[in-house]
Amino acid sequence: MSVKIAEEWVNACSGCEISIVDMGERLLDVLNLVEFVHIPVLMDHKYFGQLGDGSRLNIPEADVGIITGGIRNAEHLEVAEEMRRKCKIIIALGTCATHGGIPALANSWRFDDVMERVYSTETTDKAGFRPADGVPQVLDACLALDEKIKVDVLLPGCPPHPDQVFSALVALLEGRVPELPDKSVCDCCPTLREGKGQLKRLRRFLENPFYKSPDEPLDRMRCLLEQGFLCMGPVTRAGCGGGKVVPRCIAARVPCRGCSGPVRNDGNQLLDMLNALASNGIDIESLPEYTSLLRFSGAHNLLRPSSK
Amino acid sequence: MSRTIHISPITRIEGHASIAIQLDEQGNVSDSKVHFMSLRGFEKFVEGKPAEELPRIVNRICGICPWHHHLASNKAVDRCFGVEPPPAGRKLRELMQTIAHAEDKLLHFFFLAAADFVIGPDSDYSVRNVIGVAKANPELARKVVQMRYMAKMILERFAGKTIHPVAGVAGGFSKPMTEKDRVEFLKQMRELLDFALFTIDFAKTSVFPAYLDAVQSLGVIRTGFIGTVDEKGRLNLFDGKIRLMKPDGSFTDFDPQDYTDYIGEQVMPYSYGKFPYARCWNEGFSLDLDSPRGIYRSNCLARINIADSMATPLAQAELEEFREKFGRPAQATLLYHWARLIEEVYACEHAVELLEDPEITDTNIRTKAEPGAGRGVGCVEAPRGTLIHDYSTDENGLITRANMIVGTTHNLGPINMSVNQSARLLIRDGIVDEGILNRIEMSVRAYDP
Repeated sequence: MSVKIAEEWVNACSGCEISIVDMGERLLDVLNLVEFVHIPVLMDHKYFGQLGDGSRLNIPEADVGIITGGIRNAEHLEVAEEMRRKCKIIIALGTCATHGGIPALANSWRFDDVMERVYSTETTDKAGFRPADGVPQVLDACLALDEKIKVDVLLPGCPPHPDQVFSALVALLEGRVPELPDKSVCDCCPTLREGKGQLKRLRRFLENPFYKSPDEPLDRMRCLLEQGFLCMGPVTRAGCGGGKVVPRCIAARVPCRGCSGPVRNDGNQLLDMLNALASNGIDIESLPEYTSLLRFSGAHNLLRPSSK
Repeated sequence: MSRTIHISPITRIEGHASIAIQLDEQGNVSDSKVHFMSLRGFEKFVEGKPAEELPRIVNRICGICPWHHHLASNKAVDRCFGVEPPPAGRKLRELMQTIAHAEDKLLHFFFLAAADFVIGPDSDYSVRNVIGVAKANPELARKVVQMRYMAKMILERFAGKTIHPVAGVAGGFSKPMTEKDRVEFLKQMRELLDFALFTIDFAKTSVFPAYLDAVQSLGVIRTGFIGTVDEKGRLNLFDGKIRLMKPDGSFTDFDPQDYTDYIGEQVMPYSYGKFPYARCWNEGFSLDLDSPRGIYRSNCLARINIADSMATPLAQAELEEFREKFGRPAQATLLYHWARLIEEVYACEHAVELLEDPEITDTNIRTKAEPGAGRGVGCVEAPRGTLIHDYSTDENGLITRANMIVGTTHNLGPINMSVNQSARLLIRDGIVDEGILNRIEMSVRAYDP
């Protein structure tokens, strides 16, 4: 008997769904083993019946429910709750679902201020009203899924690598709970570390790091943090490189920004990073600003409007 | 009895939307609305962030076209900081964007749209999808998956991340291309070009002919169009002047930096997404089917219409055949599918050209930037249309103001019109079935929103 899967995207960008598609031919193998009963990006199952005459949002029962995105409005909440009711296991796929992701940067403002800006840009004609007809009411903050429903498996990543998605699906098909590495990006990073150094201040990423030639292997390039660039590797969960292991941004010779969320699920990437810098004698005042350090994990009340 | 039909959610599209169709006492359509549900507020929450970080933040606007947001943002940041990428840095950006176009069009045609044509608009929803297509035609499905994967793996292997990329950086690109990589990628993109030619041929012989009636009727509206052209009026996806064409085919070209003089946005009571319109036409805004005002469309059909010609030979031959059949500008909405495959040929040919250029392996790829006060507009053609990022920075190079007009939003008004048109065409005397509702959705899917 094949495993039934329901998939939903809520406050999401569809990157996680594309990562599922990016499994390549493995996707075709997976499709032979599972039965999708609901997945709006690929399949025409409707919430209110196929003729749109139902009165209650309905998603079919499934063994596994995959949800991407966090919860930002009343419809997201309704969908997440229905998924929870109908699915035996809920997977929060991607950092928006596990920690709020980039959209949770909005939590630094009252949503009214966000609306005010969106509906008054220089190209927007003054309206004198805000959209409210047939669109879901927006909640006060952008939430991670587990702030509203019970989640069984957290699979962060922005997006999770197709290898990670595939491993998780294989684990579930075999009746196992997918496991995440509890290492940091640094633990999987091949660049050269020479230990505590003379570095006192960080530079902004406005020039490329030093390496000798275009084909110089990454394990010959000095650690980007030791080269003086902010790199969130120390406080970010490993695994983004999938089967090839090398962190993806490092593979592009670009420092990590923390997209897989904190190493420990309840960690605080901002505080942990500032601590890591300070304990190495690096002046945290050399950073241009701080909220960017929580850009992937601002849900769970970590980013809040400033009280003014 | 009057009632409302809800199509919720619209499926096999790339965002969040639903349709409400109002029927009157006789069961005929009195009104329809397409609700666009997403409101995240990027324009606000990027304020205060270091500008050079924005290409790594705003790419999250869309997981399907993150390269385009990434690169439009990079261009805007370059202008804020007054820095110009070296030629190879610019070419690497363009190459990545072009390959991203090529894989995106395969994704839409085969994964999202094909089921309506290959399996059929009236078939059961449980098979009217890519899974059904794969079961009906396993060999083709495997080939499609392989080809698209190959393009994605070029992006991953070279640039680290394919979704939410990081390799475009202020002043250029983060790493140079080795000769070994260039040779390998060139071989792969030539293979993809062969597949693009196979695809458009397959569509023209085995997919489109059965639906020519639907093409002439479903979702058809009369609007203007927007896109980007080079100095010779040829389509350019990466850079150039924005061309805004009226429904009668006359057009104006303008520098992206001046976009606020040409484009306005209407706030609609039933959509979080705003509806752009041609402010410069001075005719106001109306979605009236018989006499729309200010309405133009974006994405592939728009670009195929606004371009005088294509810059590559095989795509040019396809354009000529298309124009011969459908004229300029072509207004039939389902022709988006055809236009998309012409662009697919162009994107593959252009990627090959870029990879044949020896300068692409030059190691001078990035100009050092200095943060500072400025304003910059960055613009590219994203798959779904002309994408505009506009930032201002303070003396520390932190964002003080941002405005963004996303490719798909240009089409929000036209999508509403096409839904209205197709609903009126198909729903009579209160008779509604799944095939009718799916056909109405097909008039949305063509836009690939």
